[in-house]
Amino acid sequence: MQGLVFDIRRFTVHDGPGIRTTVFFKGCPLSCIWCHNPESQYGFPETTIKNLSLEGRIFKEEEVSGLWMNVDEIIEEVEKDRVFYDESGGGITVSGGEPTSQADFLLALLGEMKARGLNVALDTCGYVNWNQLAATMNYVDLYLYDLKLMDEALHLKYTGVSNKQILENLLKLAGFGKEIIIRLPVIPGINDSDENFGALKLFLERIKPRVREINLLPYHAAAGNKYKRFGKLNSMKNIKSMPMEALQGRKTELEGLGYTVKTGG
Amino acid sequence: MNDRIKKLREQSLNAVNCISAERAILLTEFYETGIVSQFSLPVGRAMAFDYILGKKSVCINDGELITGERGPAPKACPTYPEICLHSLEDLEILDSRKKVSFKVDESVRRVYAEKIIPFWKGRSNRERIMNSLPVEWLNAYEAGIFTEFQEQRAPGHTVLGNKIYRFGMTDLVKQIGEEAGRLDFINDSAAFEKREELKAMEIAAKALISFAERHAAELEKLAKKEPAKNRKAELMKMALICRRVPAYAPETFHEALQYYWFVHLGVITELNPWDSFNPGRLDQHLLPFYRKGLEDGTLDKEKAVELLLSFWIKFNNHPSPPKVGVTALESNTYTDFCLINLGGVKADGTDAVNELTFIILDVIEEMRLLQPSSMVQVSKKNPDSFIHRTLQITKTGFGQPSYFNTDAITQELVRQGKSLEDARNGGASGCVEAGAFGTEAYILSGYFNLAKVLELTLNEGFDTRTGKQAGIKTANPETFASFEDLAEAFGQQLEYLTAVKIRGNNMIHRIFAGQMPVPFLSLFIDDCIRNGMDYNAGGARYNTTYIQGVGLGSITDALTSIKYHVFDKKTITMKGLLKALSADFMDFEEFRKELVYHTPKYGNDDDYADEQARLVFGMFFKAVDSKPTSVGGRHRINMLPTTSHVYFGSVIGALPDGRMAGQPLSEGISPFQGADHKGPTAVLKSAAKIDQLLTGGTLLNQKFSPSFFDGQEAIAKLTSLIRGYFRMDGHHIQFNVVSAATLRDAQKYPEKHRDLIVRVAGYSDYFNDLGEDLQNEIIRRTEHEGV
Repeated sequence: MQGLVFDIRRFTVHDGPGIRTTVFFKGCPLSCIWCHNPESQYGFPETTIKNLSLEGRIFKEEEVSGLWMNVDEIIEEVEKDRVFYDESGGGITVSGGEPTSQADFLLALLGEMKARGLNVALDTCGYVNWNQLAATMNYVDLYLYDLKLMDEALHLKYTGVSNKQILENLLKLAGFGKEIIIRLPVIPGINDSDENFGALKLFLERIKPRVREINLLPYHAAAGNKYKRFGKLNSMKNIKSMPMEALQGRKTELEGLGYTVKTGG
Repeated sequence: MNDRIKKLREQSLNAVNCISAERAILLTEFYETGIVSQFSLPVGRAMAFDYILGKKSVCINDGELITGERGPAPKACPTYPEICLHSLEDLEILDSRKKVSFKVDESVRRVYAEKIIPFWKGRSNRERIMNSLPVEWLNAYEAGIFTEFQEQRAPGHTVLGNKIYRFGMTDLVKQIGEEAGRLDFINDSAAFEKREELKAMEIAAKALISFAERHAAELEKLAKKEPAKNRKAELMKMALICRRVPAYAPETFHEALQYYWFVHLGVITELNPWDSFNPGRLDQHLLPFYRKGLEDGTLDKEKAVELLLSFWIKFNNHPSPPKVGVTALESNTYTDFCLINLGGVKADGTDAVNELTFIILDVIEEMRLLQPSSMVQVSKKNPDSFIHRTLQITKTGFGQPSYFNTDAITQELVRQGKSLEDARNGGASGCVEAGAFGTEAYILSGYFNLAKVLELTLNEGFDTRTGKQAGIKTANPETFASFEDLAEAFGQQLEYLTAVKIRGNNMIHRIFAGQMPVPFLSLFIDDCIRNGMDYNAGGARYNTTYIQGVGLGSITDALTSIKYHVFDKKTITMKGLLKALSADFMDFEEFRKELVYHTPKYGNDDDYADEQARLVFGMFFKAVDSKPTSVGGRHRINMLPTTSHVYFGSVIGALPDGRMAGQPLSEGISPFQGADHKGPTAVLKSAAKIDQLLTGGTLLNQKFSPSFFDGQEAIAKLTSLIRGYFRMDGHHIQFNVVSAATLRDAQKYPEKHRDLIVRVAGYSDYFNDLGEDLQNEIIRRTEHEGV
């Protein structure tokens, strides 16, 4: 069995506790218009042209994004930094794309990681049938759960799917007592409104004991080049990066309710 | 920082580095009398030392609390014509060169032309050395295979233990007398030499007492004239201190610092040892005085800090004696490599971090001076809070302190034969060199160009740049059937060239042992007094000579490229590769792109490449380690470059890793600039694949942007990064915290960044004082963004 992976990055320090290695799965059921990883969206390898520069001269080269890997190959890579996980209380984060889109492979990988005693975090958008998500609970120590928009219609408009299942799954996950970090990409003019934050606060109230922390991730317009390379339409061209300080108010607001809040990412 | 310290700091920063002929004149005057012919050589040297300290001007700076200057004023640097005689041309270069210049005024030039040069020409140690070395050594030296530390400076490189805090000079004189009384002129054929050495030590010890008394007299004179009541009292107190130390063991914090400073001045006046003297474990040595002062009410924290700040300024007033020629290229800096050690473990192995450790960290943060340099010893027994505090200082981007692994250092020293206790009392000095403080002479002998060895191997031992057969004749590379054939030829060259260096070392050691004893320095390093033997002759308890390997990343990548492209993937023949190299990749740009972008590189935790690092390291270790020295010690290796990787790169043509001719090599055990792209953990993993415990020090540089240090969580993660590396027996890591944009701006507008200090390679330096290529390299070093 193989899984499609577009990157394995070491020394990631914003994807959960301690020093971590993050495995990025390729393919996602959502198509968020602000996606900063456009190469993660399609569930198949994509070939792009990359510019390599040497002494001012540019070499154009084909580059394939997305590699079919088996569990052993991924394990070999993520085992390399074990000494740093041990020292820092870190481990592995499986992210994407959407990892649950490759459900069988994901379970095989998580199972092997757990068997090896690695701390495992799963970064998910939650758009997956409950049984598949529930199956990961035996192996996952911590969920990084993305919430984008609380309004169903707006969610559909900006991500291409309804948020009904996402919210339901989150409630269930919390009901099983799993530890959760809520991750909210804050996109100017799209989900930074008082309405959205109001609804978010109301919803989180229901799962509060399980919310370990909330991460507010300011939008940054760094992916423009990637859109070009992958030949995808960048609908965010006119939206500027959000400075970290702009989130201070929201951070304070949520902290006032007793949440641990971090900004950045 | 109070007004006094601010003023002293300004005074130090504004002082112009210049050459003072004072020492050279006094030394020449003394030797011109011919009086030394009546005495043994060590006694003659000690008398010269006494003469200089007795006549040199006494400089007391306005407002200072710790007193004494090597020259007549701050940053007035003496010369050492008996070691290396500067020609008028050398003086002109020092005066006019853009980087690390020393002002040489007309009177210095005149006295050099009329007095110093005529007397010392043909008598300097440098000439003695160069006349003694065989042609193979000279060929290899000229080809840039290795450098020679002892060519312009004396063997030094040692650090003080706690001896001076227990004994005054009068105690040492007594010990000398006891040893002299025990000499056996019937059964010990060396008894006479021992007696002469002991006599010399006694003269040197007494010379320092008189030197301090001259300061006391001057301080009393100044006190009389001083109108301000406070300063008057201070001057009187300082005078009293100078009457007590170094004659007697210190009793207060202030006395301890002043005592050390006199000893420091003595060591760097006696000769110009490479890597200046160093107090070492300052937070351990001063702690009893600090606590006692607090208890008896004679000291408070504020006063202790002020004294430490004053002490710091003294180091900054003393630039490294200037070097010329190749030696200037390998280490061109005002820094004289005093590396203050903090933390670590005590002699009994317990956690040594104490309240003074944190106070001294505050001092380091506040002073932000080039000198002294500072480091923290991190043991598994030290608390995380110690590392957290240090990272807060590192974050400010001034390149200090660096981080050392105490547990690794202890194992390195024990493997070399030190007792566990002596090892625990040790630390690192200079850039990263492990040593047993107070008991070891560990001489750095020169950098060794590992990458150049490959270039010679690919040319059958012939150096195309100098047109000489610098290596031995090995097989034509086109006949190599496998990578193993290449490795074997490389090993033969390496063995031959290290042997050339070691033979040279053993000649030079005897020259220093016979001609350049240092009876004053010998007072402080055990067991020189007990052995009646000079520091330079093997009198110390432990004697080690290091050869420092340079360019591990470059040689690893170059060998890996050949293995990958010529033997494994067969993308090019050896003949084709040699053609590409000799063309410096002209018309081979596509191939060069493959080398740079699509070939395994050291620093990415990729065994395919890292295997070659282990291979070269193993060969270098085997060729050098344990080879005897001619003063009863052993040769060892360490892996550090200072700035020699730039010089070494300038003498090598294109390399198979895609590096073009003349470009700098990788530094320390860091990956080649830009070759690592898997983040810091991968770099550390690669670096830990060489068995660092077999060295006496390795240097690893990691550049981080300041944002890496934001927040307590980030600090905790960096702490884990350090702990993880040290758990794998990593010896040292340093963080360069600065943005590339700042550096570029500094290059463009140096005047706006006069205070910009960056970590170069085991030490920090003013960015403005670095050569342009080195500046560019620092800018290029992989910047790990995104935390």
